[in-house]
Amino acid sequence: MSTLTQSSAPASAPIVKPTAQIRSWKIPITFGSFAVLSLILFVVLGRGQRGELSTFRLSEGRDLIQLPEVALPTFATGMFVAVVLVLMAAASAWLVYRHAKIPIVLTIPFALLFLVGFLAWAASGSTIPVPGLLIGTVTLSAPLIFGALGGVLSERAGVVNVAIEGQLLAGAFSSAVVASATGNSYLGLLAAMVAGALVSMVLAAFALKYLVDQVIVGVVLNVLVIGLTSFLYSQVLAPSANLNSPNVFARLNVPFLSEIPIIGPVLFRQTIIVYVMYVAIALVYFGLFRTKWGLRVRAVGEHPQAADTVGINVNRTRFIAVTLGGVIAGFGGAYFTLGAVGAFNKEMTSGMGFIALAAVIFGQWHPIKATLAALLFGFATNLQNVLGIIGSPVPSEFMLMLPYVVTIFAVAGFVGRSRAPAADGKPYIK
Amino acid sequence: MKLELRGITKRFGALVANNNISLTVESGEIHALLGENGAGKSTLMNVLYGLYIAEEGDILLDDVVQKFAGPGDAMNAGIGMVHQHFMLVPVFTVAENVVLGHEQTTFGGRLDLSAARAKVREISDRFGFDIDPDALIEELPVGVQQRVEIIKALSQDAKVLVFDEPTAVLTPQETDELMIIMRQLAESGTSIVFITHKLREVRAVADRITVIRLGTVVGDASPTATNAELASLMVGRAVELTVHKNAPELRGPALTVKNLSVIDSRNQSVVNNVSFDVQAGEVLAIAGVQGNGQTELTEALLGLQHHVTGSIELDGKPLRGYSVRHILDSGVGFVPEDRTEDGLIADFSIAENLMLDRSSGAPFVKAGNLQLGFRAKFAAEKIAEFDIRSQGSEMEAGRLSGGNQQKVVLARELSRELRLFVAAQPTRGLDVGSIEFVHTRIIETRDSGIPVIVVSTELDEVVALADRIAVMYRGEIVGIVPGNTPRATLGLMMAGEHAPATESGL
Repeated sequence: MSTLTQSSAPASAPIVKPTAQIRSWKIPITFGSFAVLSLILFVVLGRGQRGELSTFRLSEGRDLIQLPEVALPTFATGMFVAVVLVLMAAASAWLVYRHAKIPIVLTIPFALLFLVGFLAWAASGSTIPVPGLLIGTVTLSAPLIFGALGGVLSERAGVVNVAIEGQLLAGAFSSAVVASATGNSYLGLLAAMVAGALVSMVLAAFALKYLVDQVIVGVVLNVLVIGLTSFLYSQVLAPSANLNSPNVFARLNVPFLSEIPIIGPVLFRQTIIVYVMYVAIALVYFGLFRTKWGLRVRAVGEHPQAADTVGINVNRTRFIAVTLGGVIAGFGGAYFTLGAVGAFNKEMTSGMGFIALAAVIFGQWHPIKATLAALLFGFATNLQNVLGIIGSPVPSEFMLMLPYVVTIFAVAGFVGRSRAPAADGKPYIK
Repeated sequence: MKLELRGITKRFGALVANNNISLTVESGEIHALLGENGAGKSTLMNVLYGLYIAEEGDILLDDVVQKFAGPGDAMNAGIGMVHQHFMLVPVFTVAENVVLGHEQTTFGGRLDLSAARAKVREISDRFGFDIDPDALIEELPVGVQQRVEIIKALSQDAKVLVFDEPTAVLTPQETDELMIIMRQLAESGTSIVFITHKLREVRAVADRITVIRLGTVVGDASPTATNAELASLMVGRAVELTVHKNAPELRGPALTVKNLSVIDSRNQSVVNNVSFDVQAGEVLAIAGVQGNGQTELTEALLGLQHHVTGSIELDGKPLRGYSVRHILDSGVGFVPEDRTEDGLIADFSIAENLMLDRSSGAPFVKAGNLQLGFRAKFAAEKIAEFDIRSQGSEMEAGRLSGGNQQKVVLARELSRELRLFVAAQPTRGLDVGSIEFVHTRIIETRDSGIPVIVVSTELDEVVALADRIAVMYRGEIVGIVPGNTPRATLGLMMAGEHAPATESGL
C-alpha cells in the first residue's frame, strides 16, 4: 500500500460544487450575425441615401388624443442602428469572454433596436401605421393564444396536445354552422367550445384509457378533423350558403380605456373574442398557480405517482384538464369564422395550431410566457401584412416565411433550455 | 395504533406476489419486514396503502376491518408511507408537497399555503429537522427529502408509518439519524413497519422481525438473531456473507488518472480534479453516496462524457478524448450502473446482447453478415459458463431476472481481452445468491491480473471487495484508504470529512 494517491484538496477547505466555466458563444454569434446583417442591409445596401424619411404614425385618425408622427431620416437611422448593434454584439462577446452572464437588458434592446432599424429601412419614403401594426398583432394572435393556453393546460397535466390544430378547426367549423343556423353568434361561441372539448375528449380517452401514443393520436385527430370539416364543407355548407354566413362580431370600444394613446386602440378596440382572451389568460394563470385544482393538475403532470399516493385520481384530473384545454382552444377557433372572415373555409386554420404548439414550448409551458410567444408570432405575421401594403423592398414570398422562420428560431433557440413537465406524454400505469 | 394483516393474498396474473401473509404490529412497535428484492415486501405494503387491492385477506386497525379503495382511504385511516422512491414533486416546494391532496383553500378556491407552512415548521421543530417550507424539493439533499416524506405522512396524523427501504439512499450518518427518528416516533406511540434487506439495520432498530421469501412468511426472528441466521432465513439456504479473497498480487500501476474533471450539461463541475491510480491485480472501490460524481467518473473513463479535462492513461497509453469504440478496443470492460437502461437491450435476445459491443467485425460479423452459427455457439458457452438461468440463448434479455440480466452483462464484458474492468453498482437490486456470484467473478478477474474499479454505494460491498477504497464526496475524492478501514471512518468520509492523516499516510 505504498502507492496511495492523495486528493489534492486541502483538508480544511469547504467542499462546494463549483459551477463550471464553459463559455457559450450562442448569443454573441447570433448578435454578431444580426449586426452584420444590419450593416449590409442598412448601410451597404442602405435605402434613402437621398434623404428620404421613414415616418411612424402613432395615432389613428379617430383618436381623441393625437400623437405627432415621427419622421426619421432612413439612412442615418439605419447607420446609427447598425453601429449600435455592432457595439452591442461586441459587448456580448466581451461579457462571454469574461464569463459573465448576458443580461436581459442587453437582449431586449438589441431585438427592439434591430426591429426599429428594419422598419425604418423597409418604410423608406413611406409611413408605417404603428397602431395598425399592433392592433393586427393582437387580433392575429388571438387564436394562437387560445390554442397555446389549451396546450399549456393539457401538457401541464401530462398529456401532449398535438391536436390544437384540430381543436381550432373544429371550433371554427361548428361556430360558423351554429351561428348561421341560429342567427346567434354567442351560441356559435358555445358550439366552438363544445367542439373543441369533443376533440380533446377523444385525445384524452385514447391517451389515458387506451394508452395510445399521444403524439400519434394528436396527429391523427388533426387529419381527421381536417378531413371531416372539409367533407362537410363541400357536401353541406357549399350547396346551402345560409349555413355558412354567421354574423361577425363587431369591434367594441371600451369606454375611456380605448382613448389611451397607442395602448387604447391596440388592446381596447377589439372584438368580444379578444376580451374573453384577456380573461382566459388570467384565469388559466390563476387556476394553474394559485388554486388547489392547479396544484393537482401540475402534480399529475410532474409526478403522477406522487399524486396517486396522496389520493388524487390521476386520470380523472388529466381528463378534466385536457377537456378544459379543448374548450379554450375550440373557443379560439371561433375567431377564424366569427372574429375575422365571416365564413368557414376548408383548412382555414392553416397550421395555426402548430404555431400555437410552438408557442407552448417557447413559452416554457407557462400561460403568460406562452401568450407572449404567441404575440411574437402574431407580430411577425402582421408585420408581413403591413409591409406588403406599404410596399416593402423584400419579396413578399420571403415575408410570408417570416412567422415560420421566427417560430423555428425561437423553438430551436429555447427548446433546450425550457423543461417540459416531467411526465408530459407519459401515460400513468400503476 | 395496532395494525394487523390477516391472510393477505395478492396475485398478478399467474404470479402470486403475496401468499396468505399475516402480520401484527403492536402500537409503538418497530416491526421489520425482511426479505430479498422481489420477495413481495413492497407489494404487501402497497396493499396496505390501498395502491393495490388484495384478492384475499383483511387489514385491521385496532381490530376493526378496513376497506381501502385507494391511498386516500388508507391515509384517512391513519396509515402513512415513506416511499423508497420519494413521492415528492421535484419542482414543488416542501409546503406544496406536504399539502398535496389535502389542500386548504380560501375564498375563490385560492390555495392557502400558510397553514401548510406552519404545519411543516411545527413538525420539523418537534423532531429538530430544520426544514424551510418554501425550499424547492429538487434543491434539497436526499436525506432532507426523506424528512419531507416523513413530515408529509405525519401531517396527516399517521399512526402507522411504513418505511420502504428508507436507507438505500442515505449515508451511514443519515441512516443513524433516521434510526433515532424512528425510535422517537415509536416512543410517541406510532407503529412502524420497516422494510429492508439490510441485516445490520434490522438488528439495530427493530423490536420484532418478520422474514418474507417468495411471497410467504417464512419465519419470525428476534433482533438478537445473528446475521447468518437472518440471511439463511431470507434466502432459504446457508449463504456466504463474506467474500473469500487472498491478499492482492500487485503487478504495477495500470490505470493512472490525473486531475480529472468532468463538467455536465448543466455546467456543473460534477467531478472535480480527481487523481488516483489502480494497479494490475487490485480492486479499487469507489465509495460514496449516490450522486457524488461516481457515475460521471466511470462514464468519463469510458469516453461517455463530453467535457472532460485532465488525463487518463491505461498502461501508458492515453484514453481521454478517444471514442468509446477506441476505449473498448483498448481493453476496457464496463458494467454500467443501470443495467436495464445502459447495460442491455431488453427486447434483444441473450445472444444478441452478448455480441452488442462486437458488432463491428470478426468473429461475429463477416463481410457485413451476422455469423448466426458462431453467435449461437458463443451464447451457449457463456450461458453455461455464467450459469445464466434462461430458456435458451434466443430468450429476450428483458424477461430474465435481475441477477441473470447482470450475468449477461458480466459475460459480455468479461469475455473480451481486458486490460481494465470497471463495474458500477454491480449488485444493485440483486438477490443474495447473485451477489455471491458477481462478487466471486470480480475477485477472479482481479486475481487474473486485471485492474478492477468497483463503484458502489453499499458499504458492505465496498468493504467485501476492496483492496483500497476511494471515497467520493461532491465530485472530489475525499481520500484513498486501505480496504480494512473501519466503517465509521468510511461513513464520515462519505459525509465529506477527510480521512485521518494517520491512515491516509499508509
